[in-house]
Amino acid sequence: MEALLNQFFNLDIMARALPLVLTGLKQTLLLCVVVIPLGLAGGLLVALLSLVRSRVMRWATMIAIDFFRAVPPLVLLIFVYSGLPFAGIRLTPLAAVAIAFFFNNSSYYGEVYRAGIESVGRGQWDAARSTGLTVAQTLRSVVLPQAVRNVLPDLVSNTVEVVKLTSLASVIALPELLYSADMARSLTFNTSPIVLAAGFYLLMLWPLVRLVSRLERRIAS
Amino acid sequence: MDSWSRFLDTFFKPDLIRHYLPSIAAGTVTTIEIAAAIVVTGIALGLVLAVVRTFRVLPINVILVTCVDIMRALPPIVLVLLVYFGMPNIGINLPSFAVLWIVLSLVLAAFAEEIFWAGILSIPKGQWETARSTGFGFFPTLLYIVLPQAVRLTVPPLTNRTLAITKNTALGTVIGVPEILNQATTGQSFSGNATPLMMGAIAYVILFIPVVALGRLLETRFRWSRA
Repeated sequence: MEALLNQFFNLDIMARALPLVLTGLKQTLLLCVVVIPLGLAGGLLVALLSLVRSRVMRWATMIAIDFFRAVPPLVLLIFVYSGLPFAGIRLTPLAAVAIAFFFNNSSYYGEVYRAGIESVGRGQWDAARSTGLTVAQTLRSVVLPQAVRNVLPDLVSNTVEVVKLTSLASVIALPELLYSADMARSLTFNTSPIVLAAGFYLLMLWPLVRLVSRLERRIAS
Repeated sequence: MDSWSRFLDTFFKPDLIRHYLPSIAAGTVTTIEIAAAIVVTGIALGLVLAVVRTFRVLPINVILVTCVDIMRALPPIVLVLLVYFGMPNIGINLPSFAVLWIVLSLVLAAFAEEIFWAGILSIPKGQWETARSTGFGFFPTLLYIVLPQAVRLTVPPLTNRTLAITKNTALGTVIGVPEILNQATTGQSFSGNATPLMMGAIAYVILFIPVVALGRLLETRFRWSRA
């Protein structure tokens, strides 16, 4: 028991690792600020592309979405970061994360938006269009607000997944939360810094996980 | 050399494809084995936990929901590193594939429990009451009336979630499990060429595209059945 506490919950080591872990936390937050808006915007684009009239366009979008849903994000990240240099494209870790996760997250957010847009009845479109609104106005003021409300639990739960995904950046040596904690672990030969990092992840994500459960239950009832 | 043949030489070099095909194939087998193990144990444990939750014993459910929340909130790679580096220091030595299998099974179990529980809750109370008043006990009601309906509702979300979690087998590369990504990155650093990595990516696509397509199909059928 004592060995367990000493190995995972060593407060001295946590205190020593804290400054390093906090700089990592800052990088993780920065990553989120880059990756989440990119994914939300890309997802909207993907959703609109998968609803256009051209059948070729719709199929192309669907194949792209399925491709990026089939490839593990870590594989995509390593491909972008250490595969593309062979083709002469050298990226910083941050750029590699932004690009790899843009494709991955846009596909997932895109599917969520699409389900939302499809949940808004055809009549809404026709009514809005016949009152003289343009397609863009209809989307912005009539369809999207309802669509987003209908799929809010999925949007939040996908965002939780995106934040969790940023921890993969540690594999390509971007000094975010997990990377700094793991560095502290290898310096101290003690797992407590990773427990500390896990604590920060819980602090950020537990409220969102609870929120998702509550939103889901409200929509079910 | 024009740019097209340079592209082929970087990502699809024929002799490297021949040379690394056996190791990528071996990695694919490892990935399939671990993924299959995760799916079986993860979903089974998730179902057991959801059933335990129906007993509505408050202290047990508080602990259960807390653990499930933690598994849903933590990035899987954090859990993998925690178990992989922490356990040996307290005297528990696990091979790296076992670490990956246990961690991802627990993560899948947590998500599966939430999905099964939502399915069980969606069955109207009247079904329980009707079954009980015709003389069914608690377990027969659960087993023959509630779960068959609940599980059907959970198939599409469970498929998508299972896919998302089995894709995390690629994390095995971080702790040295010889799965696809590990074989591919090893091949890349030995050959100084991106072909093995491209082969690895293609292996994942071949492996997981059918599951993505299945998820899409199930979602569509699910929507029809509710219309």
